[in-house]
Amino acid sequence: MDYQNVLNESIISVKPSGIRKFFDIAAEMDNVISLSVGEPDFKTPWHVRQEGINSLRMGKTWYTPNKGLTVLREEITKYYDRRFHLKYDSKSQVLVTVGGSEAIDLAIRCLAGVGDEVIIPQPSFVCYEPLTQMAGATPVLMSTKVENEFRIVPEDLEKCITDKTKVLILPYPNNPTGAIMEREDLEKIAEIIKKHNIIVISDEIYAELTYTDNKHISIASIDGMYERTVVINGFSKCYAMTGWRLGYALGPEEIISQMTKLHQFCIMSAPTTAQYAAIEALKNGDEDIEDMKNEYEMRKHFIVGSFEKLGLKCFVPKGAFYCFPCIKTTGLSSEEFCTRLIKEKHVAVVPGNAFGQSGEGFIRVSYCNSLANISEAIKRIEQFLTEIKNGN
Amino acid sequence: MNSLLKLLSENSSYTTSELALILNEPEDYIKAQIREYEDKGIIRGYKAIVNWQELDEDMVSAIIEVKVTPERETGFDRIAEEISNFDEVKTVNLIAGQYDLLLVVSGKTMNDVASFVSKKLSPIDNVLDCQTNFILRNYKEGGVKMVDSIEQKDKRSFVL
Repeated sequence: MDYQNVLNESIISVKPSGIRKFFDIAAEMDNVISLSVGEPDFKTPWHVRQEGINSLRMGKTWYTPNKGLTVLREEITKYYDRRFHLKYDSKSQVLVTVGGSEAIDLAIRCLAGVGDEVIIPQPSFVCYEPLTQMAGATPVLMSTKVENEFRIVPEDLEKCITDKTKVLILPYPNNPTGAIMEREDLEKIAEIIKKHNIIVISDEIYAELTYTDNKHISIASIDGMYERTVVINGFSKCYAMTGWRLGYALGPEEIISQMTKLHQFCIMSAPTTAQYAAIEALKNGDEDIEDMKNEYEMRKHFIVGSFEKLGLKCFVPKGAFYCFPCIKTTGLSSEEFCTRLIKEKHVAVVPGNAFGQSGEGFIRVSYCNSLANISEAIKRIEQFLTEIKNGN
Repeated sequence: MNSLLKLLSENSSYTTSELALILNEPEDYIKAQIREYEDKGIIRGYKAIVNWQELDEDMVSAIIEVKVTPERETGFDRIAEEISNFDEVKTVNLIAGQYDLLLVVSGKTMNDVASFVSKKLSPIDNVLDCQTNFILRNYKEGGVKMVDSIEQKDKRSFVL
């Protein structure tokens, strides 16, 4: 059968993720130190796992309400108020989803359709562009630059706006650069966003991993932005709960209700066991967040300092758990660098251009690994750099 | 908690240059801090946490609860020091509860430990009573798990 004729052309035309190729090589090798995955090395805190187990023991194995358990939605709103000073109504402004990823998909599909434009800053997580395409809308890619600390600056944003612009994706703290948007950065772009009547999808999945003295600021807390922002967050990164697949969206009732409708038809409800565990995480997990963040911060210092010592310039990340050193001085492209590094030294990192063309010349290095493994990886990278220099 | 001491208490084999990077401080400052902690007796030593169970060597340990009569002037301190002086005694703590001191004592055989109790510990003045609990298996020591975890090791998939 000619499957090209069978399959949906608009799906076939979506480019596969650039990261896949390196993961396939890495998966075949032994003795690989992986600094490539965007997933905490920590296990879910034990008290949270216990609540999941307990819910199973008690026979709580049915669907939950489409929006998510009432108690969970209440705890999410309390959490967002406690940690980020944003108030939402748990009955009408919260939707519990299968990871933050589903919430991103729903938000894009509910806001942008054929003929609409979605502005996507890059480098950024790989899903926004294909999800926009699959919604039938047009992605407008906006490069952020290292000299601006990978933040969105008003001039660049203005240039991307047309009368078709519907949505701006705001992926901060940023994967892969570790950049954040501080209050004054947000205030500057908020003026433009309001002027052009744009809706923001603020992907705040790394919000808890912000290393500046000020905590993460959500754009929804900026004057006049609350009613035009959909906040996306989840449990994967801050509570080390990736495998539980649980996230959520917060926003205006009118948008959340449409997202809920879509979610109801394609998902029904997020995993029940995960929802019970998540209630425990929100109620008693603030300390776990701090402990893991402190550990990440030490690793961040170590890895950034090590790259500087090796002579690779590295923007000091202010959030998330990645650093994004520049490898242009090696004379290799990002892909060459990463392919040779995995093959010759068995260290897996991701080429920066997997996160958008503006990531070329950089590599994404995750510090979701023990200090011992990171230290070993740095030694191998040092050997690799020496060999490149000597023309091997 | 003091980050430098916390790191060293978890892994004393960090080099000062590694510690300087992790804590984002100059290496000279780290060296000076460590020297100061050593001088003040805050850092008392550096040693490996050995899982003796993995070796074929004979080794038996017991937790011994000891009831003593505190002494005028020195309270429990003199007796505790006298007990600490024995090489067989690895740990000595003053505790609240039915007993006063809690020891960890090691020897090659159960007989060694038993004879330590009867010949060396019990005869000490003001030692009233001992309760010996032999350790059958050591699961965690100094914050480190001493048996391989039954939980899954790092098996993170290569995903986006």
